[in-house]
Amino acid sequence: MATYYSEEHEWITVEGDVATLGITQHAADQLGEVVFVEQREAGEEFEKGGEIGVIESVKAASEIYAPLDGEVIEVNEALADNPGALNESPEGDAWIYKIKISDASQLDDLMDLDGYKALIG
Amino acid sequence: MTDAPKRTPLYDLHVELGGKMVDFAGWEMPVQYPMGIMGEHKQCREKAALFDVSHMGQVILRGENVGEKLETLCPQAYAGLKEGKARYGFFTNEDGGIMDDLIVSNAGDHYFVVVNAALRHQDIPHMQANLDGVEVTEIFDRALVAVQGPKAEDVVGGLCPAARDLKFMETTVAEIDGAECRISRLGYTGEDGYEISIPEADAIRISKLFLAHDDCEPAGLGARDSLRLEAGLCLYGNDIDQSTSPVEASLSWAIQKRRKEEGGFPGAARIQKELAEGPSKKLVGIKPEGRAPARQGVEVQSEGGDTLGTITSGSFGPTVGGPVAMGYVAADHAAPGTKVNLIIRGKAQPAEIVALPFVTQNYKR
Repeated sequence: MATYYSEEHEWITVEGDVATLGITQHAADQLGEVVFVEQREAGEEFEKGGEIGVIESVKAASEIYAPLDGEVIEVNEALADNPGALNESPEGDAWIYKIKISDASQLDDLMDLDGYKALIG
Repeated sequence: MTDAPKRTPLYDLHVELGGKMVDFAGWEMPVQYPMGIMGEHKQCREKAALFDVSHMGQVILRGENVGEKLETLCPQAYAGLKEGKARYGFFTNEDGGIMDDLIVSNAGDHYFVVVNAALRHQDIPHMQANLDGVEVTEIFDRALVAVQGPKAEDVVGGLCPAARDLKFMETTVAEIDGAECRISRLGYTGEDGYEISIPEADAIRISKLFLAHDDCEPAGLGARDSLRLEAGLCLYGNDIDQSTSPVEASLSWAIQKRRKEEGGFPGAARIQKELAEGPSKKLVGIKPEGRAPARQGVEVQSEGGDTLGTITSGSFGPTVGGPVAMGYVAADHAAPGTKVNLIIRGKAQPAEIVALPFVTQNYKR
């Protein structure tokens, strides 16, 4: 099981062709207190770089961008009732989607933890 | 000329307290502290919060009949303003739009005026050019601090007993820890509280004395915005501007009866006409039914799909526990209870026109 990071401050953990996607602790800290998450529905397909949801904090709305091509296969429904979980456990319980990866070669474009740490300084 | 953001006398304190600094109207201001916007908002509603509002312009007006002269620029009845009283108002332009909103206090031997940070460069020359025989002096050597919340009287009154004797919209001068301060019982959060003008050199020391009270914590611009929005108070540049009239902005309450009848202020023709006939659009409270906040710029539609207007301020209301907004709608859809749709990211989200404010104001009258 490997974890990758995007420049848009998302993480994905990959097992076979399924990835769990969320936002990083750094992103959650920057967003401030999350009050609403607009999520796509299972079955929806998307392309790398496309918008796949919106996180609203007290301050502002921020888009979630797909780190690779794929299809939503499961949505973390718990975030609808408890969006604040994204602040408490963004890299744990508060994952956002499970996605089916279409093109595993796109993983090469993402960063590992050291690369991401270098990005956020 | 430099574009570097300016700093208030409390800048070092903000940094010491862990304030997250942002550029606001050319000023480096704290948007929040480690407690976070929600916590700071709650702190202000339940106990007391301290805000730095030194970026706003503090102006001294001296001369004969200042109140009467101000009436040529504002629709407020400032001529009859008693000594020690403060009154909310606005400058209007010839078209009846709002140039800025302000608080005017009769301080006895002078008038004390507070204007918005972004508009001080417009307002000062406006007053200098139009108030004949009045000396208009902007003061730069004083901080302005707001202590707001149900415990504000304990926080400020503990250091300055004279503060306890003030009622809402009253002002006085008193010493706080040896420094001469102007203390006004008012603010922009919907809560009881004070705005205190403090000599620059004493500002950090006195702010720390307030913060030493168990019930007082610092709060930033983020909480200030959500608090004023829940309290149904307009933010200049968002909810009111040069094109919106006070009647459209639901600010008719701030125009006193004599002025409504007599006129004699810039834009009186439009304002008196709208007072008599009703405006074509009106600023209202809007409560989204879902959880998605409706931000500034979101279109408001009727249930039938007609465009009614636009959201001018929208956020999450921590005390309400859900999204809250204000915006303009066509007057025939402005009644509380009217169902509307908000077009958020292309999708229609149901909402309802509601009476403002979203939370009960707790002023000490």
